Amino acid sequence: MGIKWNEIFVGGDPLLVGSQIAIVLTVVAIVVGLTYFKKWGWLWREWLTTVDHKKIGIMYILSGVLMFFRGGMDGLLMKAQTARPEMNFLDAQHYNEIFTTHGVIMILFMAMPFLIGLMNVVVPLQIGARDVAFPQLNALSFWLFFSGAMLFNISFVVGGSPDAGWTSYFPLAGKEFSLGIGNNYYAIALQIAGLGTLMTGINFIVTILKMRAPGMTLMKMPMFTWTTFITSIIIVAAFPIFTVALALMTFDRLYGTHFFTLSSGGSDMLWANLFWLWGHPEVYIVILPAFGIFSEVIATFSRKTLFGYTSMVVSIVGIAFLSMIVWVHHFYTMDAGPAVNSFFSITTMLIAVPTGVKIFNWLFTMRKGRIQFTTAMLWALAFVPNFVIGGVTGVMLAMAAADYQYHNTLFLVAHFHYVLIPGVVFAVFAGLYYWWPKMFGFMLNEKLGKYHFWLFTIGFNVTFMPMFFLGLKGAVRRAYTYSAESGFAPLFLVSAIGSIILAIGFAVFCYNIYWSFRYAKRNVSHDPWDARTLEWMTASPVQFYNFAVVPEVKQLDAFWHMKKRGETLTLKESDIKKIHMPSNSGLPFYMAVVFGITGFFLVFEAHIAAAVAAIGIVIGLVIRSFDYNDGYYVSVDEIKRTERTWRNVEGGTENHVG
Amino acid sequence: MEHKSKYPISHVVGFLFSLVLTFVAVFVTLKMNVSYTIVMWIIGSLAVIQAGLQLFMFMHVTEGEDGKTNVMNMAYAVFVAIVIVAGSIWVLTSGHAAH
Repeated sequence: MGIKWNEIFVGGDPLLVGSQIAIVLTVVAIVVGLTYFKKWGWLWREWLTTVDHKKIGIMYILSGVLMFFRGGMDGLLMKAQTARPEMNFLDAQHYNEIFTTHGVIMILFMAMPFLIGLMNVVVPLQIGARDVAFPQLNALSFWLFFSGAMLFNISFVVGGSPDAGWTSYFPLAGKEFSLGIGNNYYAIALQIAGLGTLMTGINFIVTILKMRAPGMTLMKMPMFTWTTFITSIIIVAAFPIFTVALALMTFDRLYGTHFFTLSSGGSDMLWANLFWLWGHPEVYIVILPAFGIFSEVIATFSRKTLFGYTSMVVSIVGIAFLSMIVWVHHFYTMDAGPAVNSFFSITTMLIAVPTGVKIFNWLFTMRKGRIQFTTAMLWALAFVPNFVIGGVTGVMLAMAAADYQYHNTLFLVAHFHYVLIPGVVFAVFAGLYYWWPKMFGFMLNEKLGKYHFWLFTIGFNVTFMPMFFLGLKGAVRRAYTYSAESGFAPLFLVSAIGSIILAIGFAVFCYNIYWSFRYAKRNVSHDPWDARTLEWMTASPVQFYNFAVVPEVKQLDAFWHMKKRGETLTLKESDIKKIHMPSNSGLPFYMAVVFGITGFFLVFEAHIAAAVAAIGIVIGLVIRSFDYNDGYYVSVDEIKRTERTWRNVEGGTENHVG
Repeated sequence: MEHKSKYPISHVVGFLFSLVLTFVAVFVTLKMNVSYTIVMWIIGSLAVIQAGLQLFMFMHVTEGEDGKTNVMNMAYAVFVAIVIVAGSIWVLTSGHAAH
């Protein structure tokens, strides 16, 4: 089949051999465990074939946690290597591979699934829907994402990692300069995962436009739903650009075309241009849902309605518009001339305006509010100053002339970590602490949560603040070592120590999940935070059909006003009608498997094997088009039984309404 | 929305305009003695105008439940296409990078 078997397993390096052994042992342990506890059937019925948006969301979040661990390990290895000058811990090639996979995994396989997971769990509940518009497509989105993520992740032990940076710039990423199959993983795995993301975008646009509860006009939607909506629109606009760029890259690498090569009329900068035409909107794809999470958390724990709702909506739309016309600021040094660079400088700086509006709105929401310092709120509070540091250094980088100095230094690296960690990771943590009871029926421990918060926030600042100064002194990014004479050593050491504190913070989070799963109190109320939006009207964990009777929305913060009117737990059993639900399907999982196999063969340039495997994809499509399963009905009796179990739980709703 | 008037005036106007635009395009191509580039520009512009005209006069993009959404969709699609195509050409052909 043309596979070079001797190239498949990467050997030699003790770190890699250790990882291979660990992976094999983990897989064996999982298989043995599932068999011993007789859980295969449960796994298949409850998770692998589910089309329930809440379960799909949980699987996204679980993948996010796993990928955070993987990407975090990469980060720690980099920090260990640069802790002292002239270290021999990693060689240059290994370092290249690690910063590449760190970037790709953290953006595409950590930030994206965390946020899409929360969108999946929360958005249908917030708009009073029973599921997303296309539940089976939603499952396909998840499984394609997962397939792409796994394909990308095996690269470091099977065949070699991509090593041309997460931007994978040509000509380095092309066959002329990177002969191995490592960069094929980048092209193929991201293509598969990207398909899933694109489908998610379409799914959520339709869900939000067509499936809102009666009375919920666009301007009565919760802010997280708004940001999800705009994010989905950016996904649909931007991801096809990446799809095309990756396809052209695949042709260049696998079939000898010359789109991005140096020879035969290719244009290497066309890749950079197309990459960032997607890549910049991608930044907003991850930051906007995060803004939505902060809006919900801040409003809930300030016990006030969100300040400046309309201006929030206008700024999100403004950010979405501007996000499409700033991409050149990633490569000012290509030197496209003064007109181009000036134009993109101005558009870039303009983004600070709507973002500033949002920051002030959050501050004014807190003003005169009765703030509760829960863990979720702490993340939101820490977000504001840390993100402002990231934003202001962003405006510094936006000046094209000055950027010639900052370009490719650690100043830039510090900047985007200050935007993405407070902007996205803090938001994800805030969202997880906030919505955890809705997902699992128990809360994460608040005390451990505070340890997690302080360790993570302090560790983050100690890690990345020195990198601003290293960058200004001239330390370049993506360099695996530096000389003692450079004088960089002390700050690099501080940064490495910070990364250990950061890692301990994350470990506390993982321990918190374990501890709370084992010991946390199970009878939490359906509304433990005294919150404002419709998702808190359902049981914790949410009943599989979401709402026994779809609520009618009269104003913004609908649930809050219902509580004030005392109508939340009143459910006339005569109002209950049978509910139409979608059936489970094994097809999305099957598609992920065949896509994964096809992708794997393509990575190894085994074209005939890939073509044979691709027949499996066509078979899946054919089966789907003959699928006449229209779902099933939940009987009134079953709904009544389910509703009676949780509506008697203590700690109900009418208390504490201010 | 406009179904109250019995005579389908918008269809007639749209039809006449389409005829005019088509014949102008034929005239420009066959009878005018100008360079190939200019001909392409003129008939290209006429084609875009006619496509827009037909969308409004015959296909009623602005009417019905999703009228507003349709128009916004198309405006956004045009915006994104211009950004990607014209933007890329501008960026990659100006300044020192292109030479």
